Amino acid sequence: MNIHEYQAKELIKGYGVPVPDGRVAHNVDNAVTVAEDLGGKRWVVKAQIHAGGRGKGGGVKVASSLDEVRQFTDQLIGNQLVTPQTGDEGRLVQRVLVEQACNIEKEYYLGMIIDRGTQRIMVIASASGGMEIEEVAMTHPEKVIRESVDPGVGLMEFQCRKIAANIGLRGKKIHEASKLMRALYKCFREKDALLAEINPLAEVNGGSLMALDAKMTFDGNALYRRPSITEFRDFDEEDPKEVEATGHGLNYIALDGNVGCIVNGAGLAMATMDSISFHKGKPANFLDVGGGASPEKVGNAFRIVLQDPNVKIILVNIFAGINRCDWIAEGLIQAMRDQQIEVPIVVRLAGTNVEKGAAMLEESGLDFIMAENLDDAATRVMASLGGQSA
Amino acid sequence: MSVFVHQSSRVIIQGFTGQHATFHAEESMVNGTNVVGGVTPGKGGQTHLDRPVFDTVSQAVHETGADVSGIFVPPPFAADAIMEALEAGIGVIVVIADGVPVQDMVRVKRYARDREAIIIGPNTPGIITPEACKVGIMPSHIYTPGRIGVVSRSGTLNYEAVQQMTALGMGQSTSVGIGGDPVNGTDFVTVLRAFEEDPDTDAVIMIGEIGGPQEVDAAQWAQDNMSKPVVGFVAGVSAPPGRRMGHAGAIISGQADTANAKMDIMEGLGVHVVRNPALIGETAHRVFS
Repeated sequence: MNIHEYQAKELIKGYGVPVPDGRVAHNVDNAVTVAEDLGGKRWVVKAQIHAGGRGKGGGVKVASSLDEVRQFTDQLIGNQLVTPQTGDEGRLVQRVLVEQACNIEKEYYLGMIIDRGTQRIMVIASASGGMEIEEVAMTHPEKVIRESVDPGVGLMEFQCRKIAANIGLRGKKIHEASKLMRALYKCFREKDALLAEINPLAEVNGGSLMALDAKMTFDGNALYRRPSITEFRDFDEEDPKEVEATGHGLNYIALDGNVGCIVNGAGLAMATMDSISFHKGKPANFLDVGGGASPEKVGNAFRIVLQDPNVKIILVNIFAGINRCDWIAEGLIQAMRDQQIEVPIVVRLAGTNVEKGAAMLEESGLDFIMAENLDDAATRVMASLGGQSA
Repeated sequence: MSVFVHQSSRVIIQGFTGQHATFHAEESMVNGTNVVGGVTPGKGGQTHLDRPVFDTVSQAVHETGADVSGIFVPPPFAADAIMEALEAGIGVIVVIADGVPVQDMVRVKRYARDREAIIIGPNTPGIITPEACKVGIMPSHIYTPGRIGVVSRSGTLNYEAVQQMTALGMGQSTSVGIGGDPVNGTDFVTVLRAFEEDPDTDAVIMIGEIGGPQEVDAAQWAQDNMSKPVVGFVAGVSAPPGRRMGHAGAIISGQADTANAKMDIMEGLGVHVVRNPALIGETAHRVFS
């Protein structure tokens, strides 16, 4: 689960990571009031959306007067912000973070992730702050410092000093950075984070270290024990179809093709999409109905897939292990009767109770295109679409 | 032989009296698995499916000589259950739960470091040596005894590959689902090593997914250490990037995390790569015969 920058800053500030003075604002007047309260002569107005690359998209502006705060906020709030990570349609800005501007002397990168290779939390740091860390890793791999954390003892002070020294910090700043890293690590551990990124971590106003940006991602599987993080969830930042799907216990991700997919299991769902792509088709979505799919769940899956106007055909691919083909068939028949389904439906069933499921579809008299196997399913989808691919 | 679970394995189920555990324990017993008991804290002394129930894993091990455990407890309790099994000396621990917090698994891996045990999962359908031992939730009837090892991250894609194999008359020595989580108990390399050492396995089918360095590491290991052929597939060629873990994850391995990038590297390392998931069985049949 992703959260906004202002939420991440509020969170890490509570753990002792220094952040600029600032507050979130939901409208223009609100933003001006925040700037007045903060005082000073320069402010940073930052669009709050979950996608990165905001600077490049014009979502971060430095205002030198309250009028400019007003003007910039007005330009941002209520408009779509397009960044390299949002796609062409951009993302609606609903709030801005107004902060006191700092004099930046030097910028660093500090990140923490769960590294799949070592299967541990890893601290990543670099003296090239402000740049995408992936880019630094590509062009100057030697400039990326990595330190793996032993979960038995946690992130040790010596490791932090080592990281600080290796990115070029000297003197008292080594201790300052060490304290900051340990604070961030404590937050990462206690809140079940998957990713924490401070980019840039900057030396400001005569030398103190401060997190000028903060990005955090949390483990959805651990939210049951992190109620304070759950409150940060912003449904406006998520695809409404995906939110609805989650509510029905379905895992749905919208894509840009025209072949709707309803599959059980994430791996088979991906393989089904791959098979369609292999036959030069384009999947409209990823959808995993999961284990124990009831007829209702299948019905909901149809509803969600059909909300996408691009869908021209639906492929149902079920390999029932823990599932049962007869329940899936019942769901299919109900969906066909209850919903106005005007696109062809290709069905491939395998596994538990497959004969029973296939017989039910046959006896229903409804118009299903039955497929023998995965390849046959993709072939039938493409044949049915004819020349009109995405 | 076979790998990790055999005819001789003595299996207990943690979370034994739960609904899913009961259903799958029963199904596996019908198909030849030697389930010797189970653990449900607070229900020790009872009998379930004609087998004794214990309060703790160490009691169960002491009384039954169990050496394999299938963990069917819900995700929030999985880490504790795995560590209990490790502490009791269980050698093969299969974790079915889907949704175990990642940082729980980081701690479990540290706890397991100095122990000999194999942890399979979490988020796995389990492991099966056909007609000998099954610990998991996969449908037994699609598997047949044979000489091909199967290892996959995904459950249903494992079924898909197995069905394609069966249609062409190829059976399995053992099929292992290592699970779809970012931090899992056993990686591909560990399973490949076991298949390489198993005299009853002639070849291996390895089915991966996008994300993480595991498949490439495994292909590298296979090139350096394996005499048996490996057929490989990586699901997710058409998956959108950055949807699961944020893209900072890609910098660690220092190489692209996409399905095609992985398959290209695997191919370069001598794995027989299948690009169309519908042809996993056919490719295996051609390569292995």
